[in-house]
Amino acid sequence: MFLGKVIGTLVPAIVYEGLEGVPMLWVQPLNKQGQDDGPPFVCADGTRMAGPGEMIYWEASREAALTLDPFFVPVDHAVVGIVDGMQLDEEGA
Amino acid sequence: MILGRVAGRIYSTIHHSVVSGQKLLIIDKLNSAGERTGGYLIAMDSVGAGPGETVLVLDEGNGARQILEDKSAPVRSLVVGIVDGVHVP
Repeated sequence: MFLGKVIGTLVPAIVYEGLEGVPMLWVQPLNKQGQDDGPPFVCADGTRMAGPGEMIYWEASREAALTLDPFFVPVDHAVVGIVDGMQLDEEGA
Repeated sequence: MILGRVAGRIYSTIHHSVVSGQKLLIIDKLNSAGERTGGYLIAMDSVGAGPGETVLVLDEGNGARQILEDKSAPVRSLVVGIVDGVHVP
């Protein structure tokens, strides 16, 4: 899992079966220090609770598909959870 | 599996059910000399690793699901060991 920040939402007009009603979020991947780390991508949000500005942690490939119910819907990035707090050890910062 | 060092923790109340009651650790990836490679990942803890400890991280979904005994767990990275020493001749 990796850190990301929700920078927007995306409403698909037509979507593959099984993905109806699944929120799609624009996510900017972050490194450990919270800086941008690569181009943004679209994450399916299984928690259905993440909103723009929030820090989340996401999974890719098969694990992304497994976060949704029914799983094995065709998604390659998905939000696993929302970060409430983060503690970085000084030496590791 | 990869070598890592516990560099922090994530606190989260809204998440997929698999995370319930689990500890999420921020792991710095290490090379065989124990130096940070700059990479990181967030792994679920299955051995009770503490801050600063060198750990063994399983970074593959099927293995993680086997350990968690949950065929649909969306988990790829799992701390599976605490490393006492690394010997590279």
